[in-house]
This record gives sequence, structure tokens and C-alpha cells, in this order.
Amino acid sequence: MSSENQKTIGGLKSSNLVQAWLVLVLAMGFGVSLAGVQLALGPIIESNKINETLEKIPELVLGNALAAKMATENQTLEIAPRQVTVTKAGRAKFYSVYEARYQGDLKGWVVKTKGQGYADTIELLLGLSPDLHAITGLFVLDQKETPGLGNKIVTDAWRGQFIDAPADRSLVVVKTGAAQPGEIDAVTGATISSKSVTALINTAIGDLRKPLTAGTATVEEGGKDNG
Amino acid sequence: MADQPTATERLIQGILPENPVYRQLLGLCPTLAVTNSLMAAVTMAGAVGFVLLCANVIISLIRDLLKPHLRIVVFTLTIATFVTIADRLLAAYLYQMSKTLGPYIPLIIVNCIIICRCEVVASKQAPIVAAADAIGQSLGFGLALSSIAAIREILGTGALFGLRVMPALWPDWVIMVLPPGAFLTFGLLLGAINWITDKKKA
Repeated sequence: MSSENQKTIGGLKSSNLVQAWLVLVLAMGFGVSLAGVQLALGPIIESNKINETLEKIPELVLGNALAAKMATENQTLEIAPRQVTVTKAGRAKFYSVYEARYQGDLKGWVVKTKGQGYADTIELLLGLSPDLHAITGLFVLDQKETPGLGNKIVTDAWRGQFIDAPADRSLVVVKTGAAQPGEIDAVTGATISSKSVTALINTAIGDLRKPLTAGTATVEEGGKDNG
Repeated sequence: MADQPTATERLIQGILPENPVYRQLLGLCPTLAVTNSLMAAVTMAGAVGFVLLCANVIISLIRDLLKPHLRIVVFTLTIATFVTIADRLLAAYLYQMSKTLGPYIPLIIVNCIIICRCEVVASKQAPIVAAADAIGQSLGFGLALSSIAAIREILGTGALFGLRVMPALWPDWVIMVLPPGAFLTFGLLLGAINWITDKKKA
């Protein structure tokens, strides 16, 4: 740039906005390309998640042993996806619920729920008994919790605590050895992650108790995936 | 810039003489964290290679436009974009692997190898050299990760790529696939490489 030019736009040149033009242009360009990537890959990723959900349902409803036995005998559960709308404090909340039946009998429910964890959104699959009295299984679909601490919420050992936990009352996270039913041991060093998961479960059960046990009043057929 | 290394030199240097892990001791977080199976290590190295190559080439193309006090912002922006693309690609086409690697893929954004190569090479040299450098460094990173992962997987699970290679009598050293195994393997390998290099010099 010539010195004459520099003089005339001297004030402009020192402005932060002009200095950062490259950053702004790149941010725009990268933003657009990321949107393109998301448009192209989003549906594939979603269908991966749905497939994984469907695969996990027998195990979440029946438990590992029975689900494995059914698989070897080539039997399958009839799974019907539903979307449940819960209106809370004037705002509608959507849940994807999967109804698992075996030869017509209701075996249980699998609920997809998500919410804020310590680092990012945690996405859970929660297995519930038909009468919503007990939790039958828990699976973590997606999490980005701290490696080595919070990400232990995906381990079988930690998730196992929820199997057969009562669903009638709120689960409580404790730091010093869970003794009573309904108490959940926090992951050491990751109390927030543990509490997030437990709170998500409590909220989901609380929201869904009425719609699921009272019949089909607010239950609509055909699940859209926005758990 | 006659004193800058050429593309071939950059490529070769990245693999062993300036190996990012064993020589520069950079990018140690994924090196320790995802090397409990060879498959995970190879995927990680591939993702880092993709991000490094794209970031290096883009930065090299715009190197004359960079302002000294804003360059780190531009590096980070570029790296973050390609990391997000890599993360989405893995989630779409290697879903189980992307779950295994979990947060370590987004964490490539803060991998010092990439920002180091952007600073040292891409912001100073032509795209061809930057690309060659990225390939060399990625191969070096892949080599380092695979060497650690192969040792940990064989000793820890008696298998390689999930296929049993050790005799059935082998008692799996579970500690090798747990975090301490990463530190042990990395420390011993690093020590061995330093020892060999010292001996060559003497």
C-alpha cells in the first residue's frame, strides 16, 4: 500500500475491525463449509444413532442375559417409536420413547433424553419397566465429559447401579458409598457429571410418568428423532 | 529463503529425525490416551494427519496475508474447522470408532503438533513444502502412536487389531491397556530411542 493511501485511511487502518478482516472472512468461509458438512453428514450420523438405539433396546428392557438369549434364539422385540410431548411451565418438551413388546405384551419402555453435562450435552437411553416402577437399563449414547473422570459414566460398573433402581422416587447422588436403594455413587472427581446424568433420569421419569401410565392421551404415533 | 529446508527434507525429517512424539515431545495427550488399541491409534493418527495437511496447506496459501498479532487466531480457526469436519466424518462413517475416541477427536484442536507446524513451516514456506511437512509429521506421529499401541495391545490383551497373536498361555497384562501402561510404554520407548541415538553419536 502506498504511503499516500496509508495517510488517508490511517484512522480506518488502525481500527480492530479492519485489522481482523482475514479472521472475519475466514470465519465466514469456514462457517459456511461447516454448515455444508453438517447438511451432508447430519442425516447419516442421526441414522447411526437411531440404529444404535434400536440395537440397544432389548438389552435395556430385558437385561443383558435375556437379550443375548433372545438374540441367539433369533427372536426380536416389536419396537414402536413414539413421540411424547410434555408441556412444562408453558414450554413443550419432546421425548422419543420406544415401546418394546414381545408377542403383544408390553415389556418396557426406552426413553431417549438429553441435557447439559459437565462439558457438553449428554445423551442417554433409559430403560423403564412397563409400570414405571423400576429402571431396567441405562446407556450413554453421546457424551464429551472429561476423559479419565467424567467419561466413566459410560462404564458398565457405573451404569450398572441404575439397573433395578426404583423409579418411583428421585434418585440421589451420594459421595460416600450408596447404601440404600435409590442412592447412586458419584464417579470420583466427577460429581457434576454424575449429578447431571441422575438429574436427567429423574426429570425424564417425572415428565413421562403420566403420559406413559395414563394410556395414550398425549402420545402421538411416529417418533421423530429429537429426544 | 535459501536456508529453509526443502519439501523432501521436511518430509523425511518429520518421520524420524524430528519425530513429533519421540523428538519434539508434542501431542502427548492422544499419544497416551488412545494407544490402548492399534485400531484407535491408527484412526487417531489419520484424523490428525487430515487436519494437519488441510491446516498447513490453507495457512501456507494465506501466509502473506497473516498479521503477526493475529496469526494464532487464524491458525486456531483453521484447525478447529478441520477438526470439526474430521469429527463429523468419523461419526458418519466410523461410528463405533468415533465413540471409542470420544472427546479426543475434538481435542485435536489443542494438539500442539499442528499449531507448531503452522507456525514453523506453513506460515513461512510454500504450500508444497507445507504439505510435504504435514505428511512427514503425520507419518511420524502415526509411527509413534502405532508403536506404542502395538506394544500395549499385544501385552495387554494378547491381540493385535483384535486378532489373537500371543499363545493362549499368555496372561494378559491388563495394566498395559490401562493408563499406567501408556506411561510405562512411552517412557521405555523414549528411553530406548534416546539411548540408541546417544550411542550412534558417540
